[in-house]
Amino acid sequence: MEGGTEPAPAPGAGDVILSIERLSLAFGGVQALAGVDLTVRRGSIAAIIGPNGAGKTSLLNCIAGFYRPQHGRIVFEGRDVTRVPAARRPALGLARTFQNIALFEGMTVLDNIKLGAHAHLETGVFGALAYGAGARAEEEALRDEVEREIIDFLEIEHLRNRSVGSLSYGLQKRVELARALAMRPRLLLLDEPIAGMNEEETEDMARFILDIQEERGVTVVLIEHDMGVVMDLCDRVTVLSFGERIADGTPAEVQADPDVVTAYLGTARVG
Amino acid sequence: MLIGNFKETYADDEALFRTPASRAGLAVLLAAALVFPFVASDYLLYLADLVGIFAIAALGLNILTGYTGQISLGHAAFVGVGAYATAIAATRLGLPFWLSVPAGGLVACLAGAVVGLPSLRIKGLYLAIATLAAQVIFEWVFTNWTGVTGGIRGLNVEPAGLFGFAFDSDRRVYFLVFGLLALLAYGAANLFRTRVGRAFIAVRDRDISAELMGIDLFRTKIMAFMISSFYAGIAGGLWVYFARVVTPESFPLSLSIQFLAMIIVGGLGTIKGTLFGAVFVTLVPEGLRAVTQAATRLSPDAMSWLAPMKEIVFGAMIVGFLVFEPHGLAEIWSRVRRFFWLWPFPK
Repeated sequence: MEGGTEPAPAPGAGDVILSIERLSLAFGGVQALAGVDLTVRRGSIAAIIGPNGAGKTSLLNCIAGFYRPQHGRIVFEGRDVTRVPAARRPALGLARTFQNIALFEGMTVLDNIKLGAHAHLETGVFGALAYGAGARAEEEALRDEVEREIIDFLEIEHLRNRSVGSLSYGLQKRVELARALAMRPRLLLLDEPIAGMNEEETEDMARFILDIQEERGVTVVLIEHDMGVVMDLCDRVTVLSFGERIADGTPAEVQADPDVVTAYLGTARVG
Repeated sequence: MLIGNFKETYADDEALFRTPASRAGLAVLLAAALVFPFVASDYLLYLADLVGIFAIAALGLNILTGYTGQISLGHAAFVGVGAYATAIAATRLGLPFWLSVPAGGLVACLAGAVVGLPSLRIKGLYLAIATLAAQVIFEWVFTNWTGVTGGIRGLNVEPAGLFGFAFDSDRRVYFLVFGLLALLAYGAANLFRTRVGRAFIAVRDRDISAELMGIDLFRTKIMAFMISSFYAGIAGGLWVYFARVVTPESFPLSLSIQFLAMIIVGGLGTIKGTLFGAVFVTLVPEGLRAVTQAATRLSPDAMSWLAPMKEIVFGAMIVGFLVFEPHGLAEIWSRVRRFFWLWPFPK
């Protein structure tokens, strides 16, 4: 970001956008998260990695408001959002994608993306039934925004009127990213954005994630198993294992951490 | 052959009728609808009014079931609530029809909000049973709350009047019914061009991710119930001025099932399909009846075995739709239209 040709950093870049303190979540006897801390700086790309069942998705679900942690705090842009209902969080600037694609299958690509903006729109039921000047203006502005800022950016012009069920896996993932962008996020949570993609799709997605961060100043927190991508994209990596944070640092630091190697590969026993 | 459908502005692309052909089709349809009452026989006008009233109610059910995914077996009861509210507003309060019909819609809308309350906790078959309970309870109230509903004898209502013009025949009621149908169908189509309608579909397709998109599930479901029963209530109000009497047996469970048949045959989650479905489900039994009557003239004892045949044929047609065309008449319509766009090339 320091080069002269780079766009100016977003206002307040570098300060803490998301801070998670001592977060604990249990399902019955299963401790999914045990006192996890996480700090994410504005304008960065942070990765959460860890073996299967480490609690990565649980952590993302807590940030998105889908799970209620029993202990700890989640502070987003200086505001404690731990108890804010999930449906109210998109309006605050939080958006997410899902590990298993969760698009609305009965809608076209365009309508799926428009739905992302739901929390930022205002048309009420009477305005909708009459499709009066207010509703019309809002829909036309939205269409314009979606076309310019999202469909064009993610190169899905040819798909806008297709139903999402007819798209390939890689394209569905891209439409899901498009829908998340329509939520106008300042913090974007991506749950395994490139899992199951071929090489070309992976490169496209990595490029989009970098562009989202660099050109729009959106902070990204992602879960990913592809270590090559994590190391290339991310500024910081947090490693979870059995619900606990076992390492946190730059990609290089984390790779060298003996605890991380142990968590992934197990300990060599002698004798 | 239609090569493409190109637009220069996004506003054009967001229009309800996007091609010159579809706009011309609409104009022809409207013209035909205006000419129809002056050329049709009394019997056809009676059927047309019935189709129009059922279409309004079915639009409501499609908003709730087809678009929002909340199944309801109590839709006829909401039509009944609207009908009784309208009749009471007209007879007891002496309100003119342009106030009593909306009043029926509003009362049904409130009843819908109450019946919709369990929808936050229960889905699918369980919700179907909850709405079935509503159907049974409302039917019981219609019959037994004699002081208000007039019990089994029901309520008689004077024809609707406007500036001294009385809507006292099926021909005159036709304009009332189809004017409101056009207005309400336009409203329903508009709904799904905005965030409100998109939220309904999102709740149907994937409620959990809808919530994470910022959609309040409870509010959205209740809203769908309210709009749906408002449409039912308006249909009930029109029924009052069409039949001019309201009795409890006009709104049985079988009518609720018939509304479901209309939206399934027509196409769940389509406005056009709802209209097709209302026409189909209302007219096909009439057509079959005409056929059985004609057959009876040829052989008098045919009636005894043809009458049940009518029900069987109708049932088989609905099953046929479920199996062979689950997207309903609306899908058949778009396939036919595509064929002519591509003509003379096959496929």
